[in-house]
Amino acid sequence: MAQETTYYKPEDLKKFGNIGEFEPDLAKKFFDYYGAVFADGALSAKEKSLIALAVAHVVQCPYCIDAYTTDSVEKGVTEEQIWEAIHVGAAIRGGASLVHSVQALNKVKELGI
Amino acid sequence: MRSLLARGSELASSKEQLKILTEVSGKLDLPSFSDKLKEAALYPLRPTGVDILQVNVGKLCNQTCKHCHVDAGPDRREIMNRETMEECLVALATPGVNTLDITGGAPEMNPNFRWFVEEASKLGKKIMIRCNLTILLAGEKYRDLPEFFAEHKVEVVSSLPYFQKRRTDAQRGEGVFDRSIEALRKLNSLGYGIPDSDLVLNLVYNPVGSFLAGGQSTLENDFKKELKQVYDVQFNSLFALSNMPISRFLESLLESGNLEAYLEKLVTAFNPVAAAGVMCRNTLSVGWDGSLYDCDFNQMLDMKIEGKISKISEFNKSVLDSREILLHQHCYGCTAGAGSSCGGSIA
Ligand code: SF4
Ligand code: SF4
Repeated sequence: MAQETTYYKPEDLKKFGNIGEFEPDLAKKFFDYYGAVFADGALSAKEKSLIALAVAHVVQCPYCIDAYTTDSVEKGVTEEQIWEAIHVGAAIRGGASLVHSVQALNKVKELGI
Repeated sequence: MRSLLARGSELASSKEQLKILTEVSGKLDLPSFSDKLKEAALYPLRPTGVDILQVNVGKLCNQTCKHCHVDAGPDRREIMNRETMEECLVALATPGVNTLDITGGAPEMNPNFRWFVEEASKLGKKIMIRCNLTILLAGEKYRDLPEFFAEHKVEVVSSLPYFQKRRTDAQRGEGVFDRSIEALRKLNSLGYGIPDSDLVLNLVYNPVGSFLAGGQSTLENDFKKELKQVYDVQFNSLFALSNMPISRFLESLLESGNLEAYLEKLVTAFNPVAAAGVMCRNTLSVGWDGSLYDCDFNQMLDMKIEGKISKISEFNKSVLDSREILLHQHCYGCTAGAGSSCGGSIA
C-alpha cells in the first residue's frame, strides 16, 4: 500500500459527524451549538459564512477552508468578498503579531538601549 | 462550443447518461431516489394534477451554455410543428389546466412561436416564456418581442446565472451578461419587473460551477440590490435552481472530476419537504414531437411517461392525473436543500 503522505484527506471532511461515535452526548452538544451559531440571526447566515472563512484561514484549517469556501459560494458571495474576508483575517493575524512588538519596544527601552 | 450531439459525444445519448448516473450511484453506494422517496412515504410519486402544461417547442437556441440540460444550440434542428402546437392548445383548453409554460432551446426561434402565444392567449390562460434574454437582441426579427410579450401579458422567466459578468459569461458565453442587461432594461422600460406593474419578470439563478444553490431569499436580495445599484435593472422574484447532473452539465462534472462529489452532495442534501413539491407533480411536459414526459429533465433523458397515453394528441387529464411519475438518480437535483424546480425553491 502506498504510504500516506498527509494527515489531511478531503474525504475526511464528510466524516466530521462521526466524531460522535465516542462521547455522543458531548458531540451532540457541540453540533447543536454549532448549528445555532450559524443560523440566521442579527448577522445573516451568509455573513457568518464569510466570517468562518476568514477565521478558517487564520486557524489554517483545511477542512474549514474547503467547507466555508463552498458554503459561502453557495450562499452567493462574490470572489471579491471571499478575498476581502481572507485579507481581513490575514490583517488581524499580521496585526496581532505586530502589536506585540510594543512589548519588544517597551523591553528595548527598559534595557536602556 | 457545439452541442454534444454535433460533437458526436457519447453523452448525447440519454442511455449513456443514465448508465453513468447508475454506475456512479452504485460505486458510491448511494440510495436510489425511489428508495429515498419510500423512506419519506412519497413513493410511488403521483401528480397533484396537470396544472401547468410545459411545452418544449424545440432545441434550437442562439446560445450554447455550458450547463444546458437540453443540449440546445444553433446546430440543433428539432422544432415543434404547428400541428403539434394545435394539439397542445386543445390540451391547454381543458378545465384545470391553467398555465402554458413555453420552453426550449430559445422558444422564440420556432417559426410558429408568435402564433402559438396568440392562440394560447385567446384561451385566457396564464402564459410563461423561458427567455434567455440575448434572443431579444439577436436581430430585427426579434427586436419587438418585448412589446409582443407585454401585449399578451406573458410572464417572462429569464436565466441570469449571476449578477456579475465574469461568472455569467463563463457559463453562457462571452458577452452574454452585457446583452442580458440590455434586454432586461428594455423589458423594464415596458413595465416588466417594475413594482405595481402587472407585467411579471422573474429571474432564474443556477450555480455556475459544481455547487448547490443555497438561500434563495438571500440571493434574491443580493441580485436585487446589485442589479438596481449597478445596472438600474429591476425584476420581481429570483428562482434558485440546482443544476441537473445530466447532458452538458454532466459533461462538465465529468471533465472537472466533480461528478461523484456532486451526486453525493445532492443525496446528502435530500429534503423530504422539497420532494413533496417537485414540479413533475403539477406539470406535464411536452416534447417537440408531441411526446409526453413528467418534466423537462425526464424529457431530455428520453424517459417518456408510462401508461396508455404517449402523445399530447391523446391528452386526457384524468388519466394523466393518476399516472406514476418516472424517477431516476437525476431527481435528487430537485430535492436537494430547499429544493429546486422550474419555479425555484420549494421548501
Ligand atoms: S441553457 Fe437555455 S439559453 Fe442556454 S443553450 Fe440551453 S436552452 Fe439555450
Ligand atoms: S427530475 Fe423531473 S421527475 Fe424527477 S423529481 Fe425532478 S421534476 Fe420530478
